[in-house]
Formats: sequence, structure tokens, C-alpha cells
Amino acid sequence: MSATLLQGLVLVMTLQLVAAPIVAVRMPRWGFLASFFACATGAIIQLIYLFIGAPHAELVVPFGLAGQATVLSIDGLSGLFMLLVMLAGSAASLALLDDHGHPIPTAPAVPVFIGAMMLCLLAADAFALVVGFEAMSVSSFVLVISQHRDPHVRAAGRLYIGMAVWSGLCLIAAVALLAPHGASFAAMRAAPPSRMVGWVVLVLALLGPGSKAGLVPLHVWLPPAHAAAPAPVSALMSGAMTKVALYVLIRLVFDLVGPGHAMWWGLPLIGLGIASALLGALRANMEGDIKTVLACSTIENVGLVAIGLGIALAARGADLAALSSLAAGAALLHTMAHGGFKTLLFLASGAIQYGAGSRAFNALGGLIKRMPITAGVMLLAGASLAGLPPTPGFASEWMLFQSVLGAVRLGGLALQVISVVLAATLALATALAAAAAVRLIGVALLGRPRSQGAAEAHEAGPPLRWAMLLSALGVVLVGLFPGVMLWFAGPAMAVIVHGTMLDRIGYLGFATTTDAPGYAPLFILLVLALAVVAIWSVLRKWAVPGHRAAPLWDCGFGAPPPWQPYGDTLAQYSATSFAQPLRRVLGTTLLGASDVVDMPRPGDTRPATIIVHMADPVDAWLLAPLARARQFISRLTDRLHFITVRQALTMMVLLLVGLLMFIAAVEQL
Amino acid sequence: MSTLAGLLALLLHMALMLATAPLLIGLARKAKARMVGREGPPIVQPWRDIARLLRKQPVVADSTSWLFRAAPTVSLAATLAAAALVPSFALGMLSGDASDLLVLAGLLALGRAALALAGMDTGTSFGGIGASREMTFAVVAEPALLLVIYTLALLAGTTNLDSIVNLIASGVLGLRISMAMALVAACLVAIAECGRVPVDNPATHLELTMVHEAMVLEYSGRHLALIELTAALRLLVWTSLILVIFAPFGIAPRPAEGGAWIALLWVRGLLAWGAKVTVLGLILAAFETTRAKLRVFRVPELLGAALLLGFLAAILLFVSQGFAAELPISGGLG
Repeated sequence: MSATLLQGLVLVMTLQLVAAPIVAVRMPRWGFLASFFACATGAIIQLIYLFIGAPHAELVVPFGLAGQATVLSIDGLSGLFMLLVMLAGSAASLALLDDHGHPIPTAPAVPVFIGAMMLCLLAADAFALVVGFEAMSVSSFVLVISQHRDPHVRAAGRLYIGMAVWSGLCLIAAVALLAPHGASFAAMRAAPPSRMVGWVVLVLALLGPGSKAGLVPLHVWLPPAHAAAPAPVSALMSGAMTKVALYVLIRLVFDLVGPGHAMWWGLPLIGLGIASALLGALRANMEGDIKTVLACSTIENVGLVAIGLGIALAARGADLAALSSLAAGAALLHTMAHGGFKTLLFLASGAIQYGAGSRAFNALGGLIKRMPITAGVMLLAGASLAGLPPTPGFASEWMLFQSVLGAVRLGGLALQVISVVLAATLALATALAAAAAVRLIGVALLGRPRSQGAAEAHEAGPPLRWAMLLSALGVVLVGLFPGVMLWFAGPAMAVIVHGTMLDRIGYLGFATTTDAPGYAPLFILLVLALAVVAIWSVLRKWAVPGHRAAPLWDCGFGAPPPWQPYGDTLAQYSATSFAQPLRRVLGTTLLGASDVVDMPRPGDTRPATIIVHMADPVDAWLLAPLARARQFISRLTDRLHFITVRQALTMMVLLLVGLLMFIAAVEQL
Repeated sequence: MSTLAGLLALLLHMALMLATAPLLIGLARKAKARMVGREGPPIVQPWRDIARLLRKQPVVADSTSWLFRAAPTVSLAATLAAAALVPSFALGMLSGDASDLLVLAGLLALGRAALALAGMDTGTSFGGIGASREMTFAVVAEPALLLVIYTLALLAGTTNLDSIVNLIASGVLGLRISMAMALVAACLVAIAECGRVPVDNPATHLELTMVHEAMVLEYSGRHLALIELTAALRLLVWTSLILVIFAPFGIAPRPAEGGAWIALLWVRGLLAWGAKVTVLGLILAAFETTRAKLRVFRVPELLGAALLLGFLAAILLFVSQGFAAELPISGGLG
């Protein structure tokens, strides 16, 4: 049964990698349609596969390195991520059917991108894994620069491909270290590396796939690349690609390195997770473009997943089975929840971009009246982003907090203090995400329009609308039945922490221990619904019905100027002003934010201005030194262009002698 | 039988919370007035205000959307759900198993987010400034609150409020310095969450100082009635929460443990709860009378102190002797 399903998946992958792109060269819409049906089929196969308990299956295909076959396989872990990729892939393909009159010039790259992610998940040897990972990078790069006439897009593309090459190099180094006895995963598991090598693999996994997932400090490519790509592609990159990168990280660190590692191996993951969660959430409150905000929030959520994974790794090292499965469950549930609601939010950002003509907060506002469906799904996804009950975002953060609480059991005072810091971090990140969600929805969807485009916005076309509604259905289902989602994640937990939490989940919810009351979202929804009904019936009986519409109380402002028939935009709070208190409280220290205010004296008629400066700390601490180093090296090598023939010959001889001496020395060892 | 008693307790509890919430506001106002030598409005005045507002048709700005009209209902519903989770006079209410402290924090955040969105929906600067400040305060208050929850959960081994109170009321935890620190931190967070002096002044209408009031400035009629009720209920929920955790004496045990005398125990619990709320309301009035409102950008410092206390409370638990041995959480997560 599982072998048949795997064959079906490989067929879907081949379709995405070969057939759909060929169709898309001439007829992009048919290519997307093929990709949609392939992904939908894949999602059904995946649901069946997880439903039958995700037994391990393997398929050897006669492609790959000369003289060697490539091994593809599927198990609980890759199965869970495959489900997410298939669902996000079908939503994005469906959304792409509506090109809004701006066809993507690089359309064939979309099915290749989805197929490459599938290859990454199905890979069971180093070759297929690296090929899949690189194909994923290259195809998404092609999609990021699809609007390449814009210089911002080109800059984003350069940063993206640089980071992609770097993460690819780290991945190749990591699998090379793991594969001295054979390139297949089975051979790697049979001969686990020594402790030192395992430690190097962990670092490489955090720097390579970790960077692709968006972990600090190599997260800088993420906001510009997501902003540059077409919206459904951003949805795929954020909802699926960062998760595939997380999958590679989990596969390397939890599975292939082998079970024998110390407790403190979890600490790098936890540390990077804390930094990512805080930096991402804070930046999500400061940026002025919807998609940049969403991308920063992706950094935050990947950080939360990394915290869960770190606790799971540490607990596995300390043999705390219940805690490790709880933390792994939190990480996996958050992965699925974030994959769902972030896909939804990016699709909605596309609807806004085409419906209102802009993604900048300063050109939006009041869209809820003209784009009711987009606004509705954004409210749902925003509540999940903010971690409000009973959405899936709350369920996974509840679990994450419980695993942080359990982390005090890991031992020593130092780890206990880390657990306290984690609890405060989680709360701060969640509250910042809530502020970012209120800002996102409040400025873009509510209030009065800030531009002609927003005043005349129109709802998304049917394909995008259906893509959003189907994603919203997924978010609602995960939110109300997190126990079922965890049941699906059970085989994945068995792979990564060798235990499940099947004893602690039910249809209605889940608990931290077998005897404790846990979290049951349906009950909360029921209480909320009862309260709403009670309030309505009381109001019907006692209160005066209806309401009277009146103009806004404008507190001394005059009538709107004639060139702004939709109202005076300056008399409304903007995204920048909404962020001002947070910028002042947290931004000055963490982002180096500063406001330069130019306030004319009374009587002076020139306009007042405020210019906000801030920068990601990684720009100053990592990118700027890197750029300087590159400059330095290029200046050094530049000298070689101007040496004489004699100098060149001398240098070559010296180099040859040095190389021979080096080889002789190595031979002696 | 136990379920029936739990349902009865829950219904009684909800009726009690709804009925007394505006009275607590009235009590605080009356006490504040008397402390500065005024007569003050009668204690039932907030109820009269709500009844009066219900009789008035709301005037809604024509630039707002359906969200503006729905937000008061959502906010009150979330606060009502939160109220159902915090025990007042008896343990073992029907909602006991769901009374998770994290869910409680989430529901209060839901109510806050609904009103902040409504503030943004008005499209005025006041709505925006109120929403922005409210969310900023939440950002600094939430970590402190979570650390208080963390400390309690460490002591009791669960985040379930009913179980935590059951354990504290049974007296096995004894007196702890951590609890005192958590109490102060919880009080500071409560002041911020309820928008009381010195964080916010519910009686002010001076534009630059308003936070919560600015956010709901455009509301009138039955919408405003719901918002006033929500604010009152939120104050009572926080009051009850602090009382039930840090001063649980007099509270009736779970119906299964109370036996045949449960009705009598409930009456005792009701009386004790009434007395405790009255005392806390008077303390609140005295505190507010002697304090001036802080500048907006001083509030994060105040809540930073709460965060620090929360940290100390948790770390003190770790370094205190013998804590590891009696760590109750080991039973479940070992």
C-alpha cells in the first residue's frame, strides 16, 4: 500500500518537474492548472498515507550519479511536510490561475519549484537531497527575479542567490561529513558520525538549511525576496519552502547524526530561535510593506519552531520522553499552523496588491468594505498570527509554553534560567505578533482609504478567492482539531524523538500529561458562541434596535481637500505612527531606530517631516563586514593583474613547490 | 451529581460576576469621591448608566465597517468567556477543566484586539493613538503576566487555574517569597490591563492622556453600554483572579469533596468573596487617590518592574532549597 502511494507521489513529482513546466512554457495557465491537479492529487495521497499510519516505503530509481541508483523514500516526517507542501502548492497554483493581466514571465519555474521541494522531501540519499535543495533554490530564485526590471527586485535577487549558494555549500559539506560509508541515508544511519563530526554537522545545518528557513543571523534575504516575488510564490516560499528547509535541518540533526548526543545540543537551536522570534516579531511591527511585514513574521514563527525543536533535542538527549515528544509536537503543530495561515496571508497580500494597486500601508485603508472575502480570511489568519484562541496559532503556542515549562526538568540552574527567559521571550514574541497583526489589519483593511486605488479597490477573482477560502478552511480545521493534526504528526514524532504523544491527544484537544486537563478549542469556541448569542438576545430584548449613521467627528479638521475625495489621509493614524510607541520602547535598543523630526516654527508654512532610521543589527554586524572583506580581497587580487611575466613565473614555481611540499607532508602523516 | 452541581455553580458564578462588575466600579468611584471629600454618585450608578445607554440609539460614523459594530459584542463575549474560567466563590465549576491560565490570557488578548481593531476602524487619530498605545502596553505587560503564570505553574505543576487554586487552598505550598513577588507583578499587570491609574485614567477625557478611552471614543448607545460592561467585567475578572490565587481562603471546595454540605460551603464562599472584593475595591480606590497618572512612556518602566519581579519570583523558586525534590511537574513530564 505505502509503496503504491510512494509511486504515486513520484509520479506527481515527475509531472511537476517535467510535464507541467513544458506546458507552462507556452500556456502558463494550463501549466498552473496541471500543477494544481497534481498537488491536489498529492495531498489526497498524502492524507491516505498519514491515515494508514505512515509506514516507511522506499523506491530505487535508475537516475543519478554515474553507476549509482537514486533512493527515494517516505516516512512519517517527510510525509507530514509533504502534506503541507502539497496543500500550499495547490493553493498557490490555484491562485496563479488568475494573473491579473500581468503574466509571470518565468511561469515554468513554479511547477519546478514545487517538484524540487517534493524531491527534497522524498530524497533518501545525499545526491537526491542536494539536487532537490539546489533545484528548490534556483527555481525560487528565478521566480524572485521575475519582475527583474525593478532595481529593488534585482538587489533582492542578488542577496537571495548569495544566501542560497551559501546554504547549499553548507548542506553539501554536512552530508559529505555524514557519508563516508555511502551516500544513502540508510548507510549514514548505520554508521553514525563521531561526536565532533556530529557537532560540526549541527553547526552546518544551522548555517545552511537554517539560513534557508530564515533563522537569525542569516535571515536577511527573507524580507526582500518575499517582497520581490509574485504573491502566490511568496506564499509558497514562506508557507512551504522555509518548512522544507526546516525538514532538512530536522532530518540532518535529529535523524542522520544519530541518537547519541548530549543535552546541550539543543541550546544553539534555542538561542537562534529566541533571537529569530524577537527580531522577526519586532521588525514585523516596523516595516511599511505588507509582504515585508509577513516575511518578518515568518522569521519570528520559524524562531518559535526552532525553540520547540531545541527543547525536543535537549529533552531527547536527557531521556525525557514525554517532554521531548511534547516539544516536538509543538514544533510540528506550529509548522503546520504557520504553513496554513502564512500561505493565506500572502495570498491575501496578492489580492490587495492587485485589487488596490499597492502593498504599501500608506496607500491602503478601508479595504474591508470593498474586499469582504479577502478581509474576512485576513481577520482569521491575523487572529492566528496573533496567537488568539481558538485559532491554530494559539494551540501551538500553548503547547510550546507547556514544553518551556517542562524544560525546567532538564537540570541545572543555568538551564532553568534559560527556561524562564524562554517563557518571557515567547510572551514578548506573541504580544509583538499580536500588535503586528492589529497594525496589519487595522491600517490596511480598516479606517478610511489613503489613496485612489484603495478607494476603488475590487475583490480578487474567483481562482484567488477559492484558493484563499480553501486555505482558510484548512486553518479552521487545524485550529479546531489540533488533536487530529497531532495524530497525523505522530509518525513524524516517532522519527525525530522516538516517541509519540498519542496517549495525550483526543479528537477535541490535547493535554500535557495523561491525567491533566489540557486545551480543547471546541469548548472555547462553544463558550464564545454562547456568550455572543446571550449578548444578542439581551440586546434584542432590552436595547433600542438599529443605528444612525453620521459623519465622523473630525475634531476641528476641515473638509477633505478636493484632490482627496476619499478624505484627508493625514488626519488618520498611519502604519508608521502606529509603530511609534514600540519603536521608542524596543526599537531604539534592538534595531537602532531613531526619529529625525523637522517641526517648523509657528507661522512657518513648510510641512513638518519625520524621518525614521532603523536597521537590522545583522546588516551592521555581518553584512557590512562581509562587504568590506570582499572589497579587501578583490583589491588584493587586483594586484595580480599588474605583475610582470618574471614575477608571474616565480609565483607559479613557488606555488608548485609549496603544493608538492604540502602533499609530501600529508603523505608522511 | 457533581456535574449538575458544577453547572449550578457556573450559572450562579456568571450571574454574580455580571451583576457585581458594575457595582465594583461604582464602589471604587464612590470611595474615591469620599476620600477627596466629595459625596460621589451612588454605587449603582454604573448600572444606571448602562441601562440609560441601552435605551439610546447608537450613532455610528459612516466611514466605519461592520467590524466597528461587531467589536463590542466580540470583546464582551471574550471577557465573559474569561469570567467563566476564573473561580469566584467555589471550585469545581463546570468550566474547571477548561480554566487554563494561558487560555485566560488568550481570551483577554482577544477582547483587547477586537477593541483595538475597532479603534483603527474609526479612521480618526484618536482611535489610532488609543489602539497603538493599548497594543504597546500589552507587549510589555504580557511577558510579566506569563512569568507570573510560569511561577504558579511551576509550584502547582499545571497551568489549570482550578487545580492551582485547589492546591494553594489546601495549604501544602505554604508561604513563599516567590508568591509575594508574583502578587506584586500580577497587580501591576492587572492595573495595566484594566486601564487604571497610574497607567490610564478611566475618568479622563483629556485627549493626550487617553489610552482606552481614546480607542472607544466614537462609540455610543448600546455599543458603549457593552464596552462599559466589558471594562467593568475585566476589572472584576482580574480582581477575582488575584484574590483566588493569592487569598483563596473561604472558597468552597469542589462539589465532589464538599459532600452534602456543599450549599452551606457555597454560602460561606459567597460571603468571603464579597468581603474580599469589597476590600480590594477600597484598596484600589485609596491607591488611585494617592497616585497621579504616569506619562505614557513611563508605563513600560512600571511594567518592566513587573517583569523583573516575575523573573525573580521564578528564579527564587529554583535557588530555594529543596525545590527540585518537590517539583510536582515531575509526575507528568518525567
